[in-house]
Amino acid sequence: MKELSLNILDIAKNSVKAKADNIEIILTETEETLEIKIKDDGCGMTSEQVSSVMDPFFTTRTTRNVGMGIPLLKLAAEQTGGCVEIKSVSEKDDPANKGTVTSAKFCKNHLDFTPLGDVVSSITILIQGAPDIRWVYRHTTPYGDVELDTAELKEVLGDVPLDNYEVIKWIEEYLREGYESISYK
Amino acid sequence: MKSLAELAAIREKMKDKVVLREGTGDVRVVVGMATCGIAAGARPVLNAFVEEVNKAGLAEKVTVSQTGCIGICQYEPVVEIFEADKEKVTYVKMTAEKAAEVVEKHLKGGQVITEYTITNA
Repeated sequence: MKELSLNILDIAKNSVKAKADNIEIILTETEETLEIKIKDDGCGMTSEQVSSVMDPFFTTRTTRNVGMGIPLLKLAAEQTGGCVEIKSVSEKDDPANKGTVTSAKFCKNHLDFTPLGDVVSSITILIQGAPDIRWVYRHTTPYGDVELDTAELKEVLGDVPLDNYEVIKWIEEYLREGYESISYK
Repeated sequence: MKSLAELAAIREKMKDKVVLREGTGDVRVVVGMATCGIAAGARPVLNAFVEEVNKAGLAEKVTVSQTGCIGICQYEPVVEIFEADKEKVTYVKMTAEKAAEVVEKHLKGGQVITEYTITNA
């Protein structure tokens, strides 16, 4: 993947597939580090499944038997001296606390750090593709924060779906303005 | 700055249109957005379809959605077009530019661009 924002898009799609109602994408950035955390309340995984998603030869899909999403994220993190951690509670084991948290840590100043890239585009696409999910996006940076909670938008929008073109455009511009206002590079 | 008041205005504007949504979805544009698709460049392709469909005034008729892996990863980004009573059309190795062309010629003009379909890949 050329940008970490593409990994975010890819991994968050797993949460959509896990039938989550709530998905949080939390980016915490300092001058030296970046942590990407994707938290959902989807069906979760058993501990065997968690260890197998780290393996590139495991997948849930039926069209092919190789799953590369997590291994690619792991590669991107580990090549900077960072790591990936997955915590998951399977629906079968504990339905009240089901869900998955995937977090990846990166050292930004490492030569092999992949740039974050167009994260606004990824977030917008995720909302467009799954407008019924409550999405919370928060990016904390040394320059300021950018935040979006689709529950707040829904309160104003009523019956108008989040994948309405004008709404999607609003979300995209809102996030872009947020980044501009903190002069994020 | 973007404000929530603008969303309220969109809601107000949409009030009259809600009924029209009943007849939507005649045509479905489905973009493959699994790991293989994303890595091959599906994100700008999806953005282009959303943008161009709206620009062409086809938003009432055409829905743009996302799917997982279609199983032909070497041809990603892959886009499938489903139309009632017509055979599915599969476009392969798509780009944002090709997407704009598909909206113009195929979705608007009714002409399948065969050079971008799978048989010619």
